[in-house]
Amino acid sequence: MKKKSKVVSYNKWGYIFLIPFVVIYLVFQMIPLFSTIYNSFFENYRSGLKQIGPNFVGLQNFATIITNGDLPTYLKNTLIMWILGFIPQILLSLLLGAWFTDPSLRLKAQGFFKTVIYLPNLIMASAFAMLFFTLFSNSGPINSILVQIGFLKEPYQFMAHVWSVRGLVAFMNCLMWFGNTTILLMAGMMGIDPSLFEAAQVDGATATQIFYKITLPLLKPILIYVMITSLIGGLQMFDVPQILTNGTGDPMRSSMTLIMYLNKHLFSKNFGLGGALSVFMFIITGILSLIVFKFTTGEDKD
Amino acid sequence: MKKRVLGLLLSMTMVAGMLTACGGNANTAASTGASADGNAADATAADAPAAAGDEGKVLNIYCWNEEFKSRVADHYPGYTETDATSGKIGDVTVKWNITPSQDNAYQNNLDEALLKQADAAADDKIDIFLVEADYALKYVDADVSMPVADLGIADADIANQYKYTQDVMTDSNGKLKGLSWQGCPGVLIYNRAAAKDVLGSDEPAEVQKAVADWDTFLKTAEQMKAKGYSMTSTTNDAYRVFSNNVSGKWVQDGVVKVDPSIMKWVEMTKKMVDAKEVGSTSDLWSDDWSKGFYPDGKTFCYFGPAWMINFSMAADKEGSIAHDGGWGATEGPQGFFWGGTWICAAQGTDNVSLVADIMKQLTTNKDIMLDIVAKDSDFVNNKPAMEEAATKDEYAFAPLGGQNPLAMFCNGAEKCDLSNQCEYDQGCNEEFQKAMKNYFDGNATLDQALDMFNSAIVEKYPELKTE
Repeated sequence: MKKKSKVVSYNKWGYIFLIPFVVIYLVFQMIPLFSTIYNSFFENYRSGLKQIGPNFVGLQNFATIITNGDLPTYLKNTLIMWILGFIPQILLSLLLGAWFTDPSLRLKAQGFFKTVIYLPNLIMASAFAMLFFTLFSNSGPINSILVQIGFLKEPYQFMAHVWSVRGLVAFMNCLMWFGNTTILLMAGMMGIDPSLFEAAQVDGATATQIFYKITLPLLKPILIYVMITSLIGGLQMFDVPQILTNGTGDPMRSSMTLIMYLNKHLFSKNFGLGGALSVFMFIITGILSLIVFKFTTGEDKD
Repeated sequence: MKKRVLGLLLSMTMVAGMLTACGGNANTAASTGASADGNAADATAADAPAAAGDEGKVLNIYCWNEEFKSRVADHYPGYTETDATSGKIGDVTVKWNITPSQDNAYQNNLDEALLKQADAAADDKIDIFLVEADYALKYVDADVSMPVADLGIADADIANQYKYTQDVMTDSNGKLKGLSWQGCPGVLIYNRAAAKDVLGSDEPAEVQKAVADWDTFLKTAEQMKAKGYSMTSTTNDAYRVFSNNVSGKWVQDGVVKVDPSIMKWVEMTKKMVDAKEVGSTSDLWSDDWSKGFYPDGKTFCYFGPAWMINFSMAADKEGSIAHDGGWGATEGPQGFFWGGTWICAAQGTDNVSLVADIMKQLTTNKDIMLDIVAKDSDFVNNKPAMEEAATKDEYAFAPLGGQNPLAMFCNGAEKCDLSNQCEYDQGCNEEFQKAMKNYFDGNATLDQALDMFNSAIVEKYPELKTE
């Protein structure tokens, strides 16, 4: 008999403690992913109380989505609204993060402000959208105020103009997420070795120079993470525009996002077409994430 | 060694806990299901003599607002309310499952429940569900509603009802599947103050002259605009009047067809929007829509049936026009109907005789029905009773300043024709109004808006084709 029992191998505990993650990943990620792909090959929907299908139709669902030309439109809408919201959001977060982590500013009541900027994220997106819908309706308070102070002659129909709707959606997303991004960026900034800042200051660098030459380059990994998570979140934009436009994506579906479009197919429980659309979104998300990743990490090798 | 055992134990419990958490639900569900079955069986066995026959102890009612609930609470003999979502009739518990109809939520919920009906425990089975004219056919033609005759309600019992209320609920085999206590012919409801101000009189006969047909309606809209009133609150107000007077169904042979009458609505509404004679292009039921219920809303008229006057126009709120009796009613340019709630017995109900009795009491008992008219200003589905009530001042509507509009409704109910209804109506009507909003707002040409309607319809009903 070998005395192998004396040597305690801890390897297996690693695997055992991984079981919960693997099981949850399999049940809630892998199985839905593959069943979505599987479903996309079938004609399967409900008309009234009649169930039609599932009949195997091969790639017909994919062909339908490509030929009706809706996908690029809604992808464009989604990206426009995401970028409109993301640019101010990241700028604001960088600025706030830089201020909060700068010891020379000696900001008071930091905890209070950090809490306050995170608060909008705690409100349910749907409640937030409802609030904005009421605020900006034709007879809502914003219009009343603007008319009463004489800025407008008659109420501006915020919900009936392309850019006001898109702008509102972007503004709400920005407002909801800048706090979250700020916290993430702050964590990144605080991870930077303070001696680098001190060395720069000793060398006579200005605050702007420090920010651009030291903070930003060293913040890159966190920035990439923020970009990619925000991009994926942006592509999945749904609740805010859905509630704000009552599911229509009006005017002329210019604020209809990909997921809202997907949701339209679920009215008739059209799992085939919905599945095909989801597969396209999976591919698009993958490609865009890869582009962001390559774009932001590629320079390191030079 | 001890550590190893402890570690193994801990990780085992973790994994096991997770697995039981997954499987646990099914187990408990099964066991509660079983015990519920057992209870139900016990209960029915024990109380068999008390309850009529071997009927269930729970009456599940699916509906989309409080209207039917308040009708039952106020008028069904023996109903006592326990709390907001349940009540009791004798020793049967009544459970209200109320899901708002917005975004199709009511039908989605009902559909799921109906499809599970066969496997549901006796106490969970739907006993009564309500449907609206817009989608009644969906449930009438499917095998989910019970023929009224099977409930023991004879043709003689329902002879006094308006024929259209029965036509719409008759399936392709000629079987009547649901009954309604109300009739929903619509009228034009006008703001008396605005009528006096602009037209010089608030007498229904005089106002009728100003809205006798759509041309005069448009001329009146100009006059209203000149004095600062909107003719209607939203662009969709007049929609039903046009969509009820169509020459064919929305869907014919699987193809969606836009009727000329509906195109007339588009044309007229666009004219009115461009001339700023309409309050807004918002949806019905929105804040912008209900603004006109108050004097400051400066809105001349709404189109609606009896239930709207009493139930929807803020009659219970201080300061509203309805509260002060400031509305009048006249026939308007064209007759139409709106809504109407039908009571259907769900296939597989375990409370047949109770369901039948509720239907009978609310839709055929003349005393109860007249009580509904007096108390709730509804127009009930009983021809002789309504014709009698039309001549009596005691049935005047308070929101209408003491006017008795029942004669008008009687006329309208006679003319109601629902032969152009089809099961796609609700989706088509909704999507059409949504698409046209873009045209009215100037964000699209008419053709673009029609294209958008077509693509929305195909998304909703993949089996349909568009022109």
